[in-house]
Amino acid sequence: MTGFLTLSMAEISPWLAVPIIFLLILGGIITFTGALGLLRLPNFYQRIHGPAVFITVGTGCVLIASMLYFSGTLERPVVHELLITAFVLMTAPVVSMMIMRAAVYRDLRARKPEGNSTDAYQFPDDQ
Amino acid sequence: MIALMLTLALGFAQLCVLLALVFCAIRLLLGPTAQDRVLALDSLWMAAMLFILLLGIRFSSVIYFEAALLIALTGFVSSIALAKFLMRGEIIE
Repeated sequence: MTGFLTLSMAEISPWLAVPIIFLLILGGIITFTGALGLLRLPNFYQRIHGPAVFITVGTGCVLIASMLYFSGTLERPVVHELLITAFVLMTAPVVSMMIMRAAVYRDLRARKPEGNSTDAYQFPDDQ
Repeated sequence: MIALMLTLALGFAQLCVLLALVFCAIRLLLGPTAQDRVLALDSLWMAAMLFILLLGIRFSSVIYFEAALLIALTGFVSSIALAKFLMRGEIIE
């Protein structure tokens, strides 16, 4: 078991290790749940919620844990993970909105020849 | 003791992210529509970025940060391009 322990991991203070452990476990659980939602939910418009959860919250938890860990081991404030945090928080809604618009366009186009309903907010059939 | 707990938590997080990668790959392979595949590819990029960050904590190296930043940038650009293609490719047809 000691083969997995690196030297700097052994000399980190417990007051810093407890939040890191908590954030790592929380991020792992949220990432697992989001990906499970992507796999198991029946409809595309429900499936798009799963990745949105883990892209924002799971990435945030892991990035804060990484920031605390490297601040503890290098003994100076390490904040360059905030770059990824800011970038992901800015770009994740944009990507979701673009994919969602593409999906709505494609569903409306696919439904147009056979249906005469003009309700754009109706869910397509489960597939 | 605290290092052992940290290692166990890190292993748990890596296992969860690995399972998330597998789930996204399954959805990418059997997604019924094209937008499902694009969504699965986008979340696959993000899960790979998380896995590389966890590897950086595991090996105590800050070099993994640049790889994670590059993956986040490339994933954003590729997802935007694929989403634009989904809209415009249909219109051109």
